[in-house]
Amino acid sequence: MTADQPALVLEQVSRHFGGLKAVDGVNLTVRPGERHAVIGPNGAGKTTLFNLISGELPATGGRVVLFGDEVTALPPHQRAARGIARTFQITKLFPNLTVLENMLLACEALDARKLVMHRALGSYPDMMQRAKAVLADFGLAAFEQETARNLSYGDQRKLEVALSMAGRPRLLLLDEPMAGLSAGESTSMQAILTKLDRSIAVLLIEHDMDIAFAFAERVTVLHQGRVLTEGTKDAVAADPNVQQIYLGTPAQ
Amino acid sequence: MAGRRPGRNSVAIALAVALLVVAPPLLPSYWVGLLTQMVILAILAMSLDILLGYTGLPSLGHAAFFGVAAYAVAVLSVRYGANFWVCVLGGILIGTLLSAVLGLIVSHVRDVYFLMITLAIGMVLWGLGHRWIPVTGGDNGISGIPPLEVHAGLPFQGPLALHYATLVVFLICAGLMRLVVRSPFGLTLRGIRENEGRMKSLGFNTWLHCYLSFVVAGAFASVSGVMWAYYNGFVSPTYLDLTASSELFLMVTLGGPSTLVGPMIGAGAIVLLKNVMSAYTARWLLILGIVYIVAILAAPQGLWNLRKRPSA
Repeated sequence: MTADQPALVLEQVSRHFGGLKAVDGVNLTVRPGERHAVIGPNGAGKTTLFNLISGELPATGGRVVLFGDEVTALPPHQRAARGIARTFQITKLFPNLTVLENMLLACEALDARKLVMHRALGSYPDMMQRAKAVLADFGLAAFEQETARNLSYGDQRKLEVALSMAGRPRLLLLDEPMAGLSAGESTSMQAILTKLDRSIAVLLIEHDMDIAFAFAERVTVLHQGRVLTEGTKDAVAADPNVQQIYLGTPAQ
Repeated sequence: MAGRRPGRNSVAIALAVALLVVAPPLLPSYWVGLLTQMVILAILAMSLDILLGYTGLPSLGHAAFFGVAAYAVAVLSVRYGANFWVCVLGGILIGTLLSAVLGLIVSHVRDVYFLMITLAIGMVLWGLGHRWIPVTGGDNGISGIPPLEVHAGLPFQGPLALHYATLVVFLICAGLMRLVVRSPFGLTLRGIRENEGRMKSLGFNTWLHCYLSFVVAGAFASVSGVMWAYYNGFVSPTYLDLTASSELFLMVTLGGPSTLVGPMIGAGAIVLLKNVMSAYTARWLLILGIVYIVAILAAPQGLWNLRKRPSA
């Protein structure tokens, strides 16, 4: 892998549900360490695009290339093994397990010891320490023994992001991490995102334009399954087409 | 963690084991036999718990591995006069191999589809036991399996010897299953039960984990089947039928899934009910049904989970 090889390349990626073109011929490149926002109105195909990148949905057309390897036909767990991690817009935790167990699962995911049956998990202090360290990074250390379903919504969202960071990903997909958070919680989540390791490429779906533009260097605007425009945040903000889909046609 | 309050589980298990060790010499042989039954079926119920309680895969055909292993012991010992260790290892191996093959078919389906496929497989095996007369003896089954203590050449004979031998097997199996559910692999099973989609996106090949869970459960069910064949001295298609599998399902749900201890209690309770009730009425299944309904209403998470109810 060369230093300037893109983290992610999408080539003409499409997903059609019958006649509905949820994602239609999208091209996108994310460089290592880049902060890239995907914005667009409801139904633009943002989450579907994430599902195509992470493998939750197979693409009906095009190619997905991850760190130089084509992964278009691979299932999610094999893409995860190649350095991709994601969060979900609708929180996907292990609700009846403790916060620590949630995190241990995330730490085991890319570790060969996940198939060990003949030793207690507690006999691997390194896994325990790693899980606790990630929880501490996200300010969740106090809730280790709490059942995940009993966490406040804000802490559940933090755990959601924390789980995706446990496997030391090189490309992180964040699907509206701030959705539904109070102003205070949103600020603390933004602080967490700003502090993420700069070597990780991050693709962020965000509805709030202020947050998206504060976070990202480059912005892709999706509209009806297609890329409307892509560029630096200043160029995108100045684009009249973008203003039109967000604000409507200017009065004559 | 599984043992957030490790004290209680251990104390309860230690008490139960102490009872199973101390009580039998003081009891009439009928009751010793019942205790032995409970212990053998507890292994079976715990093995289903790995699948049903921990992994969240509801199998209605789990008695198949129990039954097939029992048949293997019967065929090997009665028809071929094989020695003790060939019978024991043969039974466990054949039951486990069967689960390894069938696991390939069932491990990609979930929920009610898993239930349907395992039910169908169980019925097919029951049909085989019923109709493949040259091997299985059909409805008559196979009788004349030598008693375990004789076949194994133990220095002691009689129900007590069988009981203690069974108890040793039970303790080994229970210890191993406890280790499995507390292992890194065991945690992945609970993760699959809780949110399989998230497991996949974290990087788990969940098919493989479900498959291994199926085979591990099948292996312990086979051990239980081997012990049962020796305990009863004969095998018949009733070991394979739907009633056997649903009774087993009941032991786990009644006792408390995802605890291992619960299914032991469930196995004990159902063996007791079945034998006590059938002494008074031929309609004991009806009573079992009523008990089940009451249990579902009063303790939907099973008896053993009642102790930690107000946790939320």
